[in-house]
Amino acid sequence: MSKLVVIGDGMVGRRFLEAVAQRDPSWDVTVLCEEPRPAYDRVRLSAFFDGVSAEELSLASDLDGVEVRLGEAATEVDRDAKVVRSATGEYPYDKLVFATGSYAFVPPVEGADLPGVFVYRTIEDLEGIKAHADGRRHGTVIGGGLLGLEAANALKLLGLEVQIVEFAPWLMARQLDEAGGGVLKQHIESLGIGVDCGTGGTKIEAVDGRLRMDTNREGVAYDTDLIIFAAGVRPRDQLARECGIEVGERGGIITDLGLRTSDPDVYAIGEVAAVEGVCYGLVAPGYAMAEVVADRLAGGEATFPGADMSTKLKLLGVDVAQFGAFDGPLATTYLDPANGTYAKLVLSDDAQTLLGGMLVGDAEPYPLLRASVGGKVPGTLADLLGGGEVEGALPDGAQVCSCNAVTKGEIMGAIHEGCHDVAEIKSCTKAGTSCGSCIPMLKQLLAEGGVEVSKAVCEHFTQSRAELFDIVKVTGITTFSELIARHGTGSGCDLCKPAVASILASLSNGHILDGEQAALQDTNDHFLANMQRNGTYSVVPRIPGGEITPDKLIVIGQVAKEFDLYTKITGGQRIDMFGARVEDLPKIWRKLVDAGFESGHAYGKALRTVKSCVGTDWCRYGVQDSVKMAIDLELRYRGLRSPHKLKSAVSGCARECAEARGKDFGVIATEHGWNLYVGGNGGFTPRHADLLLSDVDSETLVRTIDRFLMFYISTADRLQRTSKWVEGLEGGLDYLRSVIVDDRLGICDDLDAMMAKHVANYADEWKGVIDDPEKLQRFVSFVNAPETPDPSIEFEEVRGQKFPAGSTERSRPVLLGTPVIRSSQGK
Amino acid sequence: MEPICAFDRLVPGRGVAALLADGAQVALFRLYDDSLHAVANRDPFTGANVLSRGLVGDRGGEPVVVSPLLKQAFSLKTGECLDDPDVALEVYAVEVQDGVIRVGARSEAEVAA
Repeated sequence: MSKLVVIGDGMVGRRFLEAVAQRDPSWDVTVLCEEPRPAYDRVRLSAFFDGVSAEELSLASDLDGVEVRLGEAATEVDRDAKVVRSATGEYPYDKLVFATGSYAFVPPVEGADLPGVFVYRTIEDLEGIKAHADGRRHGTVIGGGLLGLEAANALKLLGLEVQIVEFAPWLMARQLDEAGGGVLKQHIESLGIGVDCGTGGTKIEAVDGRLRMDTNREGVAYDTDLIIFAAGVRPRDQLARECGIEVGERGGIITDLGLRTSDPDVYAIGEVAAVEGVCYGLVAPGYAMAEVVADRLAGGEATFPGADMSTKLKLLGVDVAQFGAFDGPLATTYLDPANGTYAKLVLSDDAQTLLGGMLVGDAEPYPLLRASVGGKVPGTLADLLGGGEVEGALPDGAQVCSCNAVTKGEIMGAIHEGCHDVAEIKSCTKAGTSCGSCIPMLKQLLAEGGVEVSKAVCEHFTQSRAELFDIVKVTGITTFSELIARHGTGSGCDLCKPAVASILASLSNGHILDGEQAALQDTNDHFLANMQRNGTYSVVPRIPGGEITPDKLIVIGQVAKEFDLYTKITGGQRIDMFGARVEDLPKIWRKLVDAGFESGHAYGKALRTVKSCVGTDWCRYGVQDSVKMAIDLELRYRGLRSPHKLKSAVSGCARECAEARGKDFGVIATEHGWNLYVGGNGGFTPRHADLLLSDVDSETLVRTIDRFLMFYISTADRLQRTSKWVEGLEGGLDYLRSVIVDDRLGICDDLDAMMAKHVANYADEWKGVIDDPEKLQRFVSFVNAPETPDPSIEFEEVRGQKFPAGSTERSRPVLLGTPVIRSSQGK
Repeated sequence: MEPICAFDRLVPGRGVAALLADGAQVALFRLYDDSLHAVANRDPFTGANVLSRGLVGDRGGEPVVVSPLLKQAFSLKTGECLDDPDVALEVYAVEVQDGVIRVGARSEAEVAA
């Protein structure tokens, strides 16, 4: 079997391994990986600070015939013996591939090796930055390019004040012209980040436990706690140099278009390759190189097709895009300083052909513009930026996903073959699976392909839940019959009635069983308990935060005994009592209310529980009072009706014993306050919640959760959990943050007022029934025989408690491990 | 026809359970147009007597009750399950006399079927 050795396990190296496995799996492959972990998604590296773990960034996959040697750096290539050596081994090769990538460039500044000075390249770098930032105040980033802005964002997420120092005269000088850089600067400064362009660091020294950086500008020095060099990268070509392979003047292993180096048995791919002298610092061209070499190893003749260096990014919440040519014979520009938008199109000298351009602040037209490079200009900038209709659909050959080189034609093909949502397109075509910037375009193509995702609530309302919510809010309609008469058809059903009941409950007050509302409630809401398989109910007294006194525990035991109920501890830190007959419910509630309980929402589209760990009260690790916070949150949001159930938890430290990240809104204590995570859930498709805010005080935390919940309740679809809702927001988590933290839509006051109204008007719903004879009379077994219990309900006893009769196999004894004895002679 | 309860006892759009003299359980519904419907209370899919606690509405104009357990819809006119044509509920005659609801034996049509 022929031996292939790959040096480096990065994104491109990993893509190469997959391509080889696909095209010619007969290679015996050894990968030498200097880092202690296998390939990970470096493009999304900064997500590490958004709470995404190293594991989640991993691109590792098991490939047959591939041995990845982690933490083992190649130290020497002996081309005569055709062998690669490491400190511990020797690996002979028939073909060798350099996929060593780049290293972070640190300019020759005195003191750049001091503790507290970092680069921004690997997960280890980020872990170091995070550890050092803890408890510190100020960070400085050297470099105002793409990487520098990412690093600045990371420091901001870590709660530091941030200063950017850039040597070039404006930000992102490789992608933007001076005007674009200026608009970007304005955006970034508005976030409270300092920007100093045209300045370079000259010397770093440690002063009183902090760092001081002198600059080339007289009298300008920065006192800071942490410095990140993000001043570009250089190809890691040292090993190739040492073994005599030709390298470029400015670094990089020189290859031809087939990615062959000066040694015909050695290839180079990714950022280390200088294809005909040019290095490419993006992942997409690297992937193309990986495919070329895989093809050649399988006997093909593929050549590198050149690269589209277009980029679209969201940096610090600002959209920035550059595509095609940077400059050209003609240009048309659009500048709106008030809204922070800048756009420039580069045109041919007859102004007919689009050659390239850049966008800052509004990158909506990017997919269309990029795909139009080389063709007709698709519209005027004013139209393109105004969100107006633009004539001329994309040609089929236009590349929609540049990371994975997927064209519009391929995506439309997949749609016609039955892909009906973005997730299916992703799995069929790989489009949208890397950077995700083309996902809005995928949605547009779905619509273009005639795939219409109906959001209608049911056959009686063509509107979505969010639209009905707006209708009710604006018109002030308070009854279902008026709503369906004016905005729907027919008499309603089990889909629209509870949805409207929930909307009415969110927008108005009063008991959910008052008047006509009673007829809309799902059976559990109607009887304020959970119906079980035999028609009896379970009752789950509210135990906010899971904290309960011994006296109250005894009351639960007494109630369960008196009404002969099966008891079980739930996953939500409560005690569930099963087998209650409908006519017993009010009596059970009376006992609970008298003992200071209320029954709880273990049912319905409402807040269920807020779990907690024991926090600082008892735990030796706790850093905040998680129990008190959980109780406060549960009492604040109890009774809140929502598009789907809501769960929450509060953990008192990073050990996360309350499993808060599996909740719709989860809170984790930090030394400085609280981190808020949103959009998690368990269930069929478990999902971890994403970090929305870090290190905030209790007041900010609660205010943000208020707004999160009310924005969700106002805009989500029926039965859409918070995770899907956040994913479905155009702009996702960043957009959500801009709405409920930065008040981008100017609706925060409204959201706050809605929640204030909910909190002020909450009343114990169960007590509301037992105090109201009219409501009470619904809780009977038979309208004409209220004293007769339903005779069809029977129980049997198993493990000392009652179960619905005949419900289970439990009643039969199960024999465990009875040995089967056979004669050894056999028959 | 057995007298059950006062008409006003029923909430429009909601049902109640009634126990007939022969031990049969009936789910009795008052719709928004004040029409009355009575079907068997027993959910044939689970065996629990719960249909009186289901939501009512219409499917394509046909008045239905939806089982609160597994959500199958049953026609209030014919008792037929719209999600499984092999399953049907018994339908009972129902009328109002002097403000009192009275339920009769299973309807002719249903007995014939």
